[in-house]
Amino acid sequence: MSVMADKLAGVWPEITLGLGACVCMALGLAKASSTRKLTSWVAGLFLLLSGVLAIAGPQPTSGLILPPQMVLYVKLAVVAVGVVLLLVAAQLPSSWRATHRAEEGIEPFDPANVMRGEFFAFFLFSLAGVMLTTTANDLVWLFLSLELVSLPTYVMVATSQDRIRAQESAVKYFFLGALAVAVFLYGFTLIYGATGFTDLSRVQSAAATTTSPLLTLGIVLAIVGISFKIAAVPMHFYTADVYQGAATPVTAFLAFVPKTAGFVAIIILLSMLPQWPTHGPIMWLLWIMAALTMTVGNVMGLLQTSVKRTLAYSSIAHSGYLLVGLLAGPALLTSGGGGSGAIGNGIAAVLFYLVAYALSTIGAFAVLGCVQVDGHEADSFDDISGLSTKHPGLAAVMLVCVLSLVGLPPLLGFIGKIYLFGSAMAHRGENPAFVWLVVVAVLNSAVSAVYYLRIIGACYFGKPSGRTEPQHCPSRRIAALVCGIAVVVMGVAGNRLVTLARESSQLAQPSQQTPAKVVSDELPTDIHGG
Amino acid sequence: MIETYSIPVLLLAPLLGGFGVAMLPKGNPGAVRTAAAFWSLLTFVVSVIAAVSFDWSKPADFQLTGMMPWISEFGLSFTYGVDSISLWLVLLSTFLTPIVIFGSFKALSPELQGRTKEFFVWLLLLESAMVGTFVARDILFFYLCFEFTLVPLYFLIGVFGSYQRLYAAKVFFLYTFTGSMLTFAALLYVAQVHAASHGGVWSFAIDDLYTAARSLDAPTQGWILAALLAGFAVKVPLFPVHTWLPLAHTEAPTAGSVILAGVLLKLGTYGLLRLAIPMCPEAVVSFAPTIGVLAVIGILYTALICWVQKDIKKLIAYSSVSHLGFCVLGMFALNLIGGGGSVMYMINHGLSTGALFLCVGMIYERFHTREMAQMSGLGRAMPVWATFMVFFCLASVGLPGLNGFVGEFLTLLGAFVSQDLLGWHYALAAGVGMIFGAIYILYMVGRVVMGPTKIPSLDHDAGDEHGHHTVKDLTAREIAVLVPLAIGCLVLGLYPKPILSTLDEPIRLLIDPARGALAARHGDETPRLTLVTDEHVASAPSFATGDVQ
Repeated sequence: MSVMADKLAGVWPEITLGLGACVCMALGLAKASSTRKLTSWVAGLFLLLSGVLAIAGPQPTSGLILPPQMVLYVKLAVVAVGVVLLLVAAQLPSSWRATHRAEEGIEPFDPANVMRGEFFAFFLFSLAGVMLTTTANDLVWLFLSLELVSLPTYVMVATSQDRIRAQESAVKYFFLGALAVAVFLYGFTLIYGATGFTDLSRVQSAAATTTSPLLTLGIVLAIVGISFKIAAVPMHFYTADVYQGAATPVTAFLAFVPKTAGFVAIIILLSMLPQWPTHGPIMWLLWIMAALTMTVGNVMGLLQTSVKRTLAYSSIAHSGYLLVGLLAGPALLTSGGGGSGAIGNGIAAVLFYLVAYALSTIGAFAVLGCVQVDGHEADSFDDISGLSTKHPGLAAVMLVCVLSLVGLPPLLGFIGKIYLFGSAMAHRGENPAFVWLVVVAVLNSAVSAVYYLRIIGACYFGKPSGRTEPQHCPSRRIAALVCGIAVVVMGVAGNRLVTLARESSQLAQPSQQTPAKVVSDELPTDIHGG
Repeated sequence: MIETYSIPVLLLAPLLGGFGVAMLPKGNPGAVRTAAAFWSLLTFVVSVIAAVSFDWSKPADFQLTGMMPWISEFGLSFTYGVDSISLWLVLLSTFLTPIVIFGSFKALSPELQGRTKEFFVWLLLLESAMVGTFVARDILFFYLCFEFTLVPLYFLIGVFGSYQRLYAAKVFFLYTFTGSMLTFAALLYVAQVHAASHGGVWSFAIDDLYTAARSLDAPTQGWILAALLAGFAVKVPLFPVHTWLPLAHTEAPTAGSVILAGVLLKLGTYGLLRLAIPMCPEAVVSFAPTIGVLAVIGILYTALICWVQKDIKKLIAYSSVSHLGFCVLGMFALNLIGGGGSVMYMINHGLSTGALFLCVGMIYERFHTREMAQMSGLGRAMPVWATFMVFFCLASVGLPGLNGFVGEFLTLLGAFVSQDLLGWHYALAAGVGMIFGAIYILYMVGRVVMGPTKIPSLDHDAGDEHGHHTVKDLTAREIAVLVPLAIGCLVLGLYPKPILSTLDEPIRLLIDPARGALAARHGDETPRLTLVTDEHVASAPSFATGDVQ
């Protein structure tokens, strides 16, 4: 019982989000359309409340795999980016014709025709899933929280807009997601089989004393499965279709939320190992995944005619860059410096870059969501052609966000790239292959510039097409503006965020921890009701 | 006061000016132009104040220094400071920008009038980035500005260029961006070497990275040099990576071409001089002959290309490649004469080629063509323009007494006396390039300025009420734009000493490690050449020592 109470004490933000989801669901069924329209605000309120609780509420004390600061960092990042995402998505399900008619009072109220409640409930559930991932200390918990991230997104994709394409992509997303789940669950069972525990701290101890190929295989499979969440090779195939099919705000959501959860999960899994994999099969798996993910993302990005698909492939490519930082791993122990330099801590770089990438890419999607063509969302390059003449503000946000994704100094993305690539460079002493990975990464950045420039070129050099009309969604414009300003300002004055990322990721490196407990006296009785 | 704030003001004035101009109401091009001209003039005044407060008796010391925090976690900061090389190049940038802005008052075609604001905003941002590149003392601050110059020029070409502008803008951006990404990786590598030897404390200060890079073994230095060259040689541009330049120049609006030729190409040579040569002395000594060969090929090959051009602007664009070959050749002679000549060349080329692009732009504004076949004998129709054109052509060719001669002569001399690295055959080959240069420029002058008068057919609406076309010679504004450049060319041609004498000290500092590596390499032999780093080495003794050895 007390164990349960302990665990619950650490998850107040998640509980708040769960409650918020329930409230949203109820509110979304309210008879008065004005009440239903409040749903997104209520969701925002609960989101902020969970942020406050994450800072000021009771902190999880025991049973964490990740250091508490990192948990806090990720939770706050989820709240902060979540608010931006909510601003982007605020008007969303009203584009359903039925919902729209019901909300405008054209048709009588029918609970089956309103989607707003479900949409924002799932929104909050998914965010709660990311937060739960950070506090996971058990394979089962990790699995459930990862699923809590993904399952709502399937529904969000399907209900986001009233087009057959959305449903199609939701189905693709769901089945491929199920496949990925099967793979990483298989990995989890192998980890369990190799160590005899699902409790992660015990898995850690067991892994410290025995080296079993089964464990390695389990972690490899788990990483391959989770690569679905982060949209990395070999599980990247769904990305372009799903990103294109979903409504733009949901696409922005997909670009950040599952990716964050996936990277947190991989960090948790890798910290099971006695030391960060700088050699051996797991290192090479990640190396090849990183190189292929970047290359596939960027090369495929060159071939697209749709801005959303282009940004989808860009999202894949950025997962590749993030994997470079992940591979570099936590700070060097041998450096002996007083931690005065932050570069070298790949985990901190990943945490930093997740935020940097999120702001840049959400800004780009938000701009895209602000433009409508013939009653549909802007999608192709022609749709945003000549944006700068009609909407100079939106075009400027698009410009800085895309340049930040390119990694052009002094924008936020550039700082992130220094962090990621510098960290990989810092670990070259352990494995010279890291240098070549950085070379692959910078060449990829150069390739990516081609399609990013295409977006900028469409906005600034294209002839304005008469069919575009702005969507009336002030909150989405605000979100775009926030992203644009943040990308510029934090590029010049982002030191605080770097500090936060560094401080939050003094990773529980197993070799730093107390020696593993003796395992023999424990029996694998951890699976409660398997 | 001035010591502390002149450089930040220099950086921020165009930046703030750019934002200020962007905030101006739409549909008032006049106000936009005036504001842009005001801010660029202000920047020029500040740079002159900075130059006055610079202590010229210590040209190699970094002065007017200061620091603003950036990402202190990474050891990154906006550290700035100028020595005489930087300061002269800053002055070149701040001198050319107002000229370009005044020169572009009437440059935009009617359909682009609505985007006047954008044009001047980008020019001002570009100025800020150029100044930043020259004053940066932190390597990523340098890199920031170096990279950021791409964006304004991308827009200047892409929005305001001629027919193939989209393609040219794209090629320009990608070509240079790809190269500089490799440079970025190399800089990270060197910074990591520094961090590894300082207990994990990262620093990107240029001086720290000099030390770190020099501690590497020769093959690694070779890789670093290759990566730095990937960024800088593309920018210069050095043969065989020069192919983006003619395209970018031809498609760019006049202002873009002037800035591109006048300053942006110098970012490449400045990068080579400031970073590549001092960072990898071993590799530089090994590869200097190779780079020299590339420079000479560039000089000759593009000079021949110039000869067959039909488009005046393209001709001048290719001549830039040829000219910068001299600049690189002098630099990699690794002696004071060549180095000084090289920096002189940067400044002189900025003035004379910038002026040539302005002259061609004036023709283009009148006739909407740059084809040599369509015009001849303009000297009679536009005597004032022709005077300037011929003057700047002669400056560019290297007529003694005008500025082009100084740099060309010194770089050739530098290559000649650098017996241990380059030698007389380099100078001879490059000298042939100089003759080619005279041929193609005079050929162009002969066709366009001399000969029977032939005015390009104008647009229908451009004729006057009597139905025949009158060609207007330069307006007062256009003359006012060209006169300062002409004065600059003349003064620097007749009396280059004030600049040259300040260049020796800083160049000595930059090339000394490479000279040391060279001396060590020849250590077992008798010294074949009195070190050319001696200040008093003038032309005659060097010839003597070179021949006698």
